[in-house]
Amino acid sequence: MKRLKVFGSLVKDSLDTITHGSKKYHLWMALLTFVMLAGMYCYSIQLEHGLSVTGMTDRVSWGLYISNFTFLVGVAAAAVMLVMPTYVLKDIDFKQAVLIGEGLAVAALIMCLAFVIADMGGPSVLWHMIPGIGVFNFPNSMLTWDVLVLNGYLFLNITIPFYILFRHYQGKEAKRSVYIPGAILSVFWAVAIHLVTAFLYQGLQARPFWNNALLGPRFLASAFAAGPALIILVLAIIRSFTEFKIQDKTIKKIAMVVTVAAQINLIMLISELFKEFYAPTHHSESAYYLFFGLDGKDALLPWIWTAIPLNVLATVLLTFHKLRNNFKVLFFCCFILFVAIWIEKGFGLIVPGFIPGPYGKIAEYMPTGIEIGVTLGIWALGAFVFTILAKTAIGIELGKLRYKK
Amino acid sequence: MSNNNKKWFSLNLGRKEKTSSGSCSCGKTSGGCGSSSDSHHMTDEAFNEAAIHASIGEERTKDGFEQVFDVKMDRRSAFKKLTASLLIGAGAVSTSCSVISGDESKEKAQIDWEEQFKGNYKLMTDKEKEGTVDRLVRSYQLRTGKNISMSSKNAEEDVLFGYAFNISKCQGYMDCVNACVEENNQDRNSQMQYIRIHEMKDGKGFNFNEADDNYYHEVPAEGHFYMGTQCFHCDNPPCVEVCPVQATWREDDGLVVVDYDWCVGCRYCMAACPYDGRRFNWSKPEVPEAEINHNQHYLGNRMRKKGVMEKCTFCVQRSRAGKNPACVEACPTGARIFGNLLDPDSTIRWVLENKKVFRLKEDLGTEPKFWYFMD
Ligand code: SF4
Ligand code: SF4
Repeated sequence: MKRLKVFGSLVKDSLDTITHGSKKYHLWMALLTFVMLAGMYCYSIQLEHGLSVTGMTDRVSWGLYISNFTFLVGVAAAAVMLVMPTYVLKDIDFKQAVLIGEGLAVAALIMCLAFVIADMGGPSVLWHMIPGIGVFNFPNSMLTWDVLVLNGYLFLNITIPFYILFRHYQGKEAKRSVYIPGAILSVFWAVAIHLVTAFLYQGLQARPFWNNALLGPRFLASAFAAGPALIILVLAIIRSFTEFKIQDKTIKKIAMVVTVAAQINLIMLISELFKEFYAPTHHSESAYYLFFGLDGKDALLPWIWTAIPLNVLATVLLTFHKLRNNFKVLFFCCFILFVAIWIEKGFGLIVPGFIPGPYGKIAEYMPTGIEIGVTLGIWALGAFVFTILAKTAIGIELGKLRYKK
Repeated sequence: MSNNNKKWFSLNLGRKEKTSSGSCSCGKTSGGCGSSSDSHHMTDEAFNEAAIHASIGEERTKDGFEQVFDVKMDRRSAFKKLTASLLIGAGAVSTSCSVISGDESKEKAQIDWEEQFKGNYKLMTDKEKEGTVDRLVRSYQLRTGKNISMSSKNAEEDVLFGYAFNISKCQGYMDCVNACVEENNQDRNSQMQYIRIHEMKDGKGFNFNEADDNYYHEVPAEGHFYMGTQCFHCDNPPCVEVCPVQATWREDDGLVVVDYDWCVGCRYCMAACPYDGRRFNWSKPEVPEAEINHNQHYLGNRMRKKGVMEKCTFCVQRSRAGKNPACVEACPTGARIFGNLLDPDSTIRWVLENKKVFRLKEDLGTEPKFWYFMD
């Protein structure tokens, strides 16, 4: 009973915090709300007319939505790079960052689920996918695995921080014996969500571009670069807009993680390029299309040739300690790395899988305005959720939010 | 069941032998025969109860039923629809209880409700299958005043359908394509076609990359030959494995079918198909009332809705009634041969035994039941 009362008071207090803030904060939230509403409007058009309002066709049947989904799974998985050292290795540096990281994971997962639903032809029969009520093709379909691991990870990432914050809210210490097992589990889980998502594509013998043993590991490497890069950027923003103190040491440590992951990612990219272009086979055509275009069709060229130089530049800059320790350079690197991996793991991965088609047909894909609108709306939703979570967490951690007995 | 039972050539690449079909008496060479009533199975009532219980609050608009029956109804504004989607359950109930509305609309609402929460066709008993078919027929009648006949005929024993395509004979007339569209009530707006005819240059071999599957000129064009593709009804179909909700499956007579009402439209099967065999309803399919083929099968050419997958079913409504698929019948050159692979006297068996046949992308281990040969 008492717990319930505390919980009620927590909800009330957090509602209070998230509705109060500086002018900039209100402006930010208003902007997000506006984008979300615009996205919802676009989605309502899609519901009305079907997926024909998107750029997808029978030839390229997955596009912007699934690209973003794939990328965001990676962002969600990255939170674990912070969880592990903090909870398990008792590394104090990461402690403030970890709640932010987990909030980011929750927001990313919500976006993932929203993208999957946006991509569905029949959202009204989604219940067919609920285990027990519908028919769940487990374990044959990798998509069912993905549904399980994503929701499981979402659950873990909500409960662990919630437990810790709930204790802190009452002015008590969180018990290690309670959250450590959860934290360890979530470490394995994070790897699982990413591998399973990679297997989704990797397991299709029909698409040689994806059917490649390196896909899973490369997913992991790029995720562990892009995710923490985003966390660094977010921490930088939080640091300058709130009183929440994040030490330089913490950011530098996360930067180290980003650097190593980006280096591994680059090595794998080289290995992939070697395989595709040294002895090109019939199966290298998708890669040719991606990097050089085929038959004069070259819609992806600007994208991939933005991504590759950004990726290389960021990795090289980060490799030098001097440059990495300069925060201006670091933030710049994190930003371009994030953009580069978004292109590479999204557009650069999903779309060429379908081009050329099973019989060599080259039909290009371009997202439509409505598709972009829905996508922006979902990103705004993610930012909105994250802002709410972060604001509450920071309030509690700073001691501003406390349970009054 | 050992592989020696196979009546045709097979690489057996990547093929998992499904042991569960060991006691099967129907002589099928691949798994899955009669094993559809597995532990997932629920009774109708239990299913409905569970579904209703858990689905309140599920997004559902009544417009889904407009989609099902391909009949125009008054349009609601998009936003209203969004909110309405949350209230579908209540909406359906209130319609069915309303005093003002007549018996017919009550019946409609009743049918809509039952159709919304029905189970997966694959797991239905024969009685349940009949039930849903009756509801769909009645609903069509209520909405358009026209009668259709819809079959729920199951696979027959000792039947395994196969197809052979004579490359020497095909002249690229595309009569098969047109017959298919008309027979199977495909969307006319997007010009959906299950069959693609690839026009290839003589002397270049089977070079699909340089082939044209969208030609508009007089055929046969000088120096070209033609090759048709469609769903090959793989015996080890990757599209079936990946479907998260088992909305698509291999029937016992080898047909790979889709339950249009169970498909959630994720398009994973489309990505998994190596043969470009699947088509998606990107918008609401439209067929002029006068052109609708009223002789339908639940798994075949009944009306689809937007956002679901469909594909060639070897014209299940015809093939299970002992007829040839529409494409076979329409072909003026006799390039297309269809029949029962388990019948030693069938033409298809004669072709497989006497011609040098091959299949596409055999290295993928999908075991298509679609062979090519030359005279
Ligand atoms: S051809 Fe494609 S759609 Fe048809 S059964 Fe094979 S994999 Fe499935
Ligand atoms: S589109 Fe439909 S049939 Fe295909 S995998 Fe998804 S749910 Fe299954």
